[in-house]
Amino acid sequence: MAPPPKRSVSRARPTPERRRARQAVEAARNGSTARTATIDPPTPDEQAFGGSVGTDLVPLGRGSDPDVLDDRRLSDVNEWGRSEHMREIARRIYDPVYRHWFRAEWEGLEHIPTDGGALLVANHAGAIPSDAPVIMHGIETELERPVYGLADNLFRTLPMIGTIWNRLGGLPAHPDNAYRLLREQHQLVLVFPEGSKGPAKTYDERYQLRRFGRGGFVEIAMRAGVPVIPIAVVGAEESMPTLFRIPSVAKALGLPYVPLTANMLVGGPLGVVSYFPAKFKLKVLEPVHFDVPPGQERYSRSRVMDESEAIRDHIQSALYEMLQVRRSVWFG
Amino acid sequence: MSAEPTALDGSTPSPAPSNERRRVLVTGLGTFWGGRVAQALEDDPNVEVIVGLDTTEPTVELERTEYVRVDANYSILSRIVRATEVDTIIHTFLAVDPTQMSTRAMHEINVIGTMNLFAAASAPASTVRNVIVKSSTMIYGCAPEDPVWFTEDTPRSRPSRAPIERSLEAVEGYVRDFAEDNPHVNVALLRFSNVIGSELETPLTRLLSLPVVPSMFGYDPRFQFVHEHDVIRSILYAFDHDLPGVFNVAGDGLLPWSEVAALCGKRTIALPPWGTSLLTSPFRTLGIADVPDEYHGLLKYGRGVDNSRLKHYGFRYEYTSSEAIEGFIRSSRLRRTVGDSEPKYKYERDVEQFFRHSPAVHRD
Repeated sequence: MAPPPKRSVSRARPTPERRRARQAVEAARNGSTARTATIDPPTPDEQAFGGSVGTDLVPLGRGSDPDVLDDRRLSDVNEWGRSEHMREIARRIYDPVYRHWFRAEWEGLEHIPTDGGALLVANHAGAIPSDAPVIMHGIETELERPVYGLADNLFRTLPMIGTIWNRLGGLPAHPDNAYRLLREQHQLVLVFPEGSKGPAKTYDERYQLRRFGRGGFVEIAMRAGVPVIPIAVVGAEESMPTLFRIPSVAKALGLPYVPLTANMLVGGPLGVVSYFPAKFKLKVLEPVHFDVPPGQERYSRSRVMDESEAIRDHIQSALYEMLQVRRSVWFG
Repeated sequence: MSAEPTALDGSTPSPAPSNERRRVLVTGLGTFWGGRVAQALEDDPNVEVIVGLDTTEPTVELERTEYVRVDANYSILSRIVRATEVDTIIHTFLAVDPTQMSTRAMHEINVIGTMNLFAAASAPASTVRNVIVKSSTMIYGCAPEDPVWFTEDTPRSRPSRAPIERSLEAVEGYVRDFAEDNPHVNVALLRFSNVIGSELETPLTRLLSLPVVPSMFGYDPRFQFVHEHDVIRSILYAFDHDLPGVFNVAGDGLLPWSEVAALCGKRTIALPPWGTSLLTSPFRTLGIADVPDEYHGLLKYGRGVDNSRLKHYGFRYEYTSSEAIEGFIRSSRLRRTVGDSEPKYKYERDVEQFFRHSPAVHRD
């Protein structure tokens, strides 16, 4: 590149700022050489104001692996807030609970890929759901790859709890978060399509799946081009069964539901946070692939709802099968 | 769009918009942004004229930029645009620091100033063909429902209540209207994340300069930063390449507030997450520390923006979020030891007039 023609101004006094500014110009110019050599930017027509470019995401350079941090960092908290170090501590504490209290047993773990993105979808139960930590712990220890759990924004608003939840791999359930994790960073993402309707149900409705939201999880998986992997979980319902809901208190506190659990009756205040030792059985079902082009703005609503309903039915019938062969709530 | 690689070579013709030498109007010349951009443009041989507007005098040394003092809402702007026949306006005069002025003054600068600017730029005989506006990622707001990364098209989760966010929304509204009404004008809107570096002072750098850094009890949000150097580079990049549309400008990566404080060698002090304003307002009144109300949400939930669109257009960041902080730390260490090392530049009208216009000064 030829140097820019020299101007001679009578009182050119180079100062550090001037040098920096000059470098800035040159750097900006150099940047453009790199661009023309590598990518063809979209034309202005494609990207005018108000144009739809939201889905026009390109793979990120160094950001594509969330756990590659630069060496200036003091902690290992990645861009999603997950800390492998914190996760390791949590795994050590939780492992006895997983192994000896819930005695979790997996079936069909081979359906979960060891690399590449996939959206894990499970039924959700227990007043304070015990299924999310079991699934995340199980997959992280068995497959040695991180799982990001999407949950209600409510978590984020709670001091302490929200931060710990986030460090352990929890994220607010926003479609953009799921898309970026699945499509660009090829991670495992766990989502409970029932939302809070699952854990809110009372004991007499156990293992009756609620509505699967509006099928948003199917749409995300289609857009990200990843399979949905359904997981049927037995045991969470009995680990903290809800006897009654107290809607007036829930309304006053601004919470989705406030339960009165059997654990509270048995254990008093301790029962608020402790689970019954129900035997956990988890069955990973056949992955569901969608033969639609990824990256679309919208997908056929009827197709999305049909797929969502099919996955829900699949989990529901798997649950019935598992319950048919279950002899005891506590011993499986 | 200047796509030809030859445009970079001084020997071949410049890309289409730069065929004739460009005449640029920079607003906010007295601010860090405007001053630095004007300085960099002075070194560009394709830029023929640089006119800088501000209410205050420039704080950096300028060689050929013509400084015009105006009132905050730019009432004489259309005359200036007509008289100078500028083809590019770089609008950096937007207040994004709510602690430094009243809501009223901010409204005058941001909303009324931008309105007058676009009124002048869209006048019938206007020569303006490029507009670059500096905005802030504050426009996305901050709420628990937010995604971790905002793209340029992600709507805010909750309606804005803070005056600064409302005024930025009004500004961006004018920008959009202008872009729609004037399809022949190329409009670039750059939304900057938390700017940090060796020179610029912002509410966040002031928090990080306190003996203990305020944080919210029980929250440790992730912050994103952009180095002031990348800020200027991105404005120049938008200028050189006539970038169209809206762009987030922010460094790669997010890091927790506690870690930001630790990198700066500071401890944090937890503020109660409820009733924070009650506690912080006496400190503000006494002038000890100012944790602006607009930042309470940020200290709970943080904010990340997706910078991939600007990268897609070929811009390369020189600093990640943590590297940007590094620059700030170095300069604050230096300042702690030796004070402001570089003497502050003082604009003197008569001296500038003499050097630029006196026949006694030898110029080629």
